[in-house]
Amino acid sequence: MGKTANKQMICEVLMEAAKEDRNIVALCSDSRGSGSFTPFADTYPEQFVETGIAEQNLVSIAAGLAKCGKKAYAVSPASFLSTRSYEQCKVDVAYSNTNVKLIGISGGISYGALGMSHHSAQDIAAMSAIPNMRVYIPSDHLQTAELTKALLKDEKPAYIRVGRNAVDPVYEEGNVPFEMDRATVVTEGNKDGNDVAIIACGEMVKPAKDAAELLEKEGIHASVLDMYCVKPLDEAAVVRAAENAKVVLTAEEHAPFGGLGSMVAQVVGRECPRKIVNIALPDAPVITGTSKEVFDYYGMNAEGIAAKAKEMLGAE
Amino acid sequence: MNLKALAYQLREDTINIICAGKAGHIGGDMSVMEVLVELYFDQMNISLENMDDPDRDLFVLSKGHSMEAYYAVLAEKGFLDKEDVLENFSKFGSKYIGHPNNKLPGIEMNSGSLGHGLPVCVGMAKASKMDHRNNRVYVIMGDGELAEGSVWEGAMAAHQYKLDNLCAVVDRNRLQISGNTEDVMGHDDLHERFRSFGWHVIDVADGNDIDQLHAAFEEAKTVEGQPTVLIANTVKGKGSSIMENKANWHHKVPTEEEYQTIMKDLKTAKEALE
Repeated sequence: MGKTANKQMICEVLMEAAKEDRNIVALCSDSRGSGSFTPFADTYPEQFVETGIAEQNLVSIAAGLAKCGKKAYAVSPASFLSTRSYEQCKVDVAYSNTNVKLIGISGGISYGALGMSHHSAQDIAAMSAIPNMRVYIPSDHLQTAELTKALLKDEKPAYIRVGRNAVDPVYEEGNVPFEMDRATVVTEGNKDGNDVAIIACGEMVKPAKDAAELLEKEGIHASVLDMYCVKPLDEAAVVRAAENAKVVLTAEEHAPFGGLGSMVAQVVGRECPRKIVNIALPDAPVITGTSKEVFDYYGMNAEGIAAKAKEMLGAE
Repeated sequence: MNLKALAYQLREDTINIICAGKAGHIGGDMSVMEVLVELYFDQMNISLENMDDPDRDLFVLSKGHSMEAYYAVLAEKGFLDKEDVLENFSKFGSKYIGHPNNKLPGIEMNSGSLGHGLPVCVGMAKASKMDHRNNRVYVIMGDGELAEGSVWEGAMAAHQYKLDNLCAVVDRNRLQISGNTEDVMGHDDLHERFRSFGWHVIDVADGNDIDQLHAAFEEAKTVEGQPTVLIANTVKGKGSSIMENKANWHHKVPTEEEYQTIMKDLKTAKEALE
């Protein structure tokens, strides 16, 4: 089971596409190394733009390139891309409707001990609030490849957040169910009724899947939905999952406000009211540690998700 | 009509748009008019017919609040219907808002938030270089706008990428909302600042003079290996003594009495140039 970082998959897919398409342009803000984009820069120097450490410039330049027919991929740490360049994302990309794909690397708390300045726990909320901006958070490298291929086919703005490190795959090589803007059912659970519907995105999908297995062993039926398309949220999938369950649990590597949990809760509250709890990072600077240490500490792992589900069901 | 007189006719149109919509950044509209006229009616290869041609010249109004002047120019150029603009500017549900909206024909990019236009044009000019096109890219910035840090990020990159197809214009009218630009955040050494960033700098002594602007834009076309900036020394509120060099006319709708005075002044100036 080889592990490949999601960001590396994006680079590989783009390099493959760039063989045929000279309009694919990658931009980095001194981030080609951390973004795994050095191979692209070395292989296609004529299709690579270095802006230096200037994320606002990165996004505006990408928008200008896109206006002139380029398919611009702006690759920069998610924390800076989503908040330092927020206005450029809003005005030059979303509002002006330019074909810029914003690739937020080392997203969430990937940067661990580097601290809050480098964490992007606000990016879902920030980016989702912009009209005409789509938000994608793929779960593993296989889904990332499918998503990147799908994004190459459209000309609309999007923000894609990926983590820094390779993670355990959710899917299997050759068996990656993927439909653009449709959540992927990872675990169906019991067709005739689940106890809990778990809806997760990004690095929380794998622990959600593992939690469902833990719960099943105890006779608790759980479904798991990979909501990689945070915006446009696959509302029909949310409703289907929630209607077939007693309670709903969401899991995301994000601040507790304005992220996947908030968006799912809006749909569940409106369409099929259920008790819903969001597993997320705290509304505080996160504790220092690796992603695994941090996730374990806050119960953002299989055991924590399973325990939260049982707690919710006990309270029913 | 010659371009000098046309600038005054379009000032009249601009005043009418502002009065009809009861809104508008009138002072900057007046200062920037000759730059817009020289670009749209002399320098740029852009028209309704070639607006989707990748070889067209590209323009971004980075000081997007001078939109009323830009509406007058775009209407005169045939991109927009002048009567439609007059009737609907700033009204409920209108597509004619107070800043560039690229859903309208002839407008490349949305702006309004200052400091975006230059970096965006760096991307455009870079794309032209990548595709070996011979078109040119123009951006107009306000002088107050130069306090935005992103302007200087763009200035750095334009030099790094050797964008000699990029020409920026600073509408140097020396006034912003709070008063004199030098009191707010001074940059009287503007020429030196741009030179130190690797730009070719052309001072246009009278930025409201079509002939001087023409000569400057022609010089810019001859520059190789570096971007050019025109520091166009203009007069805010240009065209009527009641507005000229008065900071309180940054955003103001004339009263009926003021309207009459302004239109009389503009008409007199236009007739003298015809």
